[in-house]
Amino acid sequence: MAEYLTSIDFAGLFTADNIVFFILSAVILVCGFMSVASTKLLRAATYLFFTLFAVAGLYLTLSYEFIAAVQLSVYAGGILVLLIFAIMLVKNLGTDTETISYVNKTIAGLSALAGTVFAFITMSKFRFISSEGANDAAAKVDMEMVGQTLMGTDRYQYLLAFEAVSILLLACIVGSIVIATKSKED
Amino acid sequence: MLEVGGILSWIHEALSSACPEWLTLLIEYVLIGVGFLALYALIALILILLERKICAYYQCRLGPMRAGFWGLLQPLADMFKILMKEIIPLLKNDKFLFFTALFLVIMGSLCTFGALEFSKDLIGIDFNVGVFYVLAISSLGVLGILLAGWSSNNKYTMIGAMRAGAQLVSYELSSGLSLLTIVILGGTMQLSGLIEAQSETWFLFQSPFTWIAMVIYLIAGHAETNRGPFDLPEAESELTAGYHIEYSGITFGLFYVGEYVNMFTIAGIGTMVFLGGWQPFHINAEWAAGFNGVMDMIPTWLWFFAKAFGLVMLSLWVRWSFPRLRIDQLLHLEWKILMPISLLNMLLMALWVTVLVPLFA
Repeated sequence: MAEYLTSIDFAGLFTADNIVFFILSAVILVCGFMSVASTKLLRAATYLFFTLFAVAGLYLTLSYEFIAAVQLSVYAGGILVLLIFAIMLVKNLGTDTETISYVNKTIAGLSALAGTVFAFITMSKFRFISSEGANDAAAKVDMEMVGQTLMGTDRYQYLLAFEAVSILLLACIVGSIVIATKSKED
Repeated sequence: MLEVGGILSWIHEALSSACPEWLTLLIEYVLIGVGFLALYALIALILILLERKICAYYQCRLGPMRAGFWGLLQPLADMFKILMKEIIPLLKNDKFLFFTALFLVIMGSLCTFGALEFSKDLIGIDFNVGVFYVLAISSLGVLGILLAGWSSNNKYTMIGAMRAGAQLVSYELSSGLSLLTIVILGGTMQLSGLIEAQSETWFLFQSPFTWIAMVIYLIAGHAETNRGPFDLPEAESELTAGYHIEYSGITFGLFYVGEYVNMFTIAGIGTMVFLGGWQPFHINAEWAAGFNGVMDMIPTWLWFFAKAFGLVMLSLWVRWSFPRLRIDQLLHLEWKILMPISLLNMLLMALWVTVLVPLFA
């Protein structure tokens, strides 16, 4: 751990990229914590939205524009709207949720601590690769490449997986229609 | 001469000769942000005047005539009035969500507005995934509207918000599908690339299926701005004003500004993907070289704004001509008419690009 900390170049930390990264990480951490800690359901969902939005910002700083747009449309735009629709069906939405028992709180705290320690150990064992090469690789990923990879049948191309997922989605759509349809007798 | 690119590069050179690189970038980012906000507010003011005048003419009235010549200063008067109004606090509501909702609506609207390309060299955001970005970021507004409706703690706002949610989520589909139809034709998702592909002929004249896509996009886009005949979320006669009824003063004003600028953004995106964006009108033939030359002399930002405001006029025309739809008619129109047509249209466009065009080329 100490060796890892001394290996960081603190003077070189305050570049424009890093400052943006720190701001985004602060938003992610604070909003992520608030979304768990908030006792009001809809507020928790809103904090979760800010977390997801800031993660999209992180992808943008890596110039992974496609993933950022996916993050926005799938999580922030899709899943969160669904979540809020679902929350609005809940009774007594404005009041605070039940308080959590101390046993649960202790277990949650311990597992969070374990996760943090695990992440730090992993970080000190396996270093991050230098960012220059990574940025070059990221810059080359454009829509065309994503499309070719999804639609190709060569090695490292995913047509079969893509089609399997689309059949799964189709099954979900048909299933949701069946569930939502009222039968004539009702 | 009349382009803005010269001024922009002059500012850039002046700044970089006087400041270090990071300061230049910082100042430029701030300037761009302020410029976008100013343009955002300006367009909202213009649209408010336009709406009031056009609405009046459709109803055989004169509209505002007192403030300034032909009522030209009316939006400024409105602006100062609404800025000075008191923001009335509600007693039992979630204040945090109440103002976050407003923030989300404005943020979604402004981020989409930033993707517009106003002229050849006045481009805010130009991602490789431009069209996808626009579709993704414009969905933030739904979240804001839902939160606004709930946190106002009022049954009318709640009904309005639920209607808005159903409407926006549905109509996003067909507007997205019609934009993707154009992506198939243009072969790129980058908005500047799409405009580049229209330098000789606009997409509208490149394929018959573009017309279908454009009509569907304009209907769906119109529905996404919550304006009549799709104004169920804020139907005055049923819900007083829908999801923003409890907002007062400038907070209410900002909802309106967001809605008006959304109308312009929808028109602007329609302009960029169907009508060539800032590209002048060209006839792709030998004999029309002189005509094309004359068209080129009109500055590109004028082309963009003229086309976009043309589409805005279309939207105003529709708004003041049709009666409001019922919620079942609204959903029927989207799910049983527009979406099947746009799916089929997308397939036909793919066939056009892969089979028909190579056949005749």
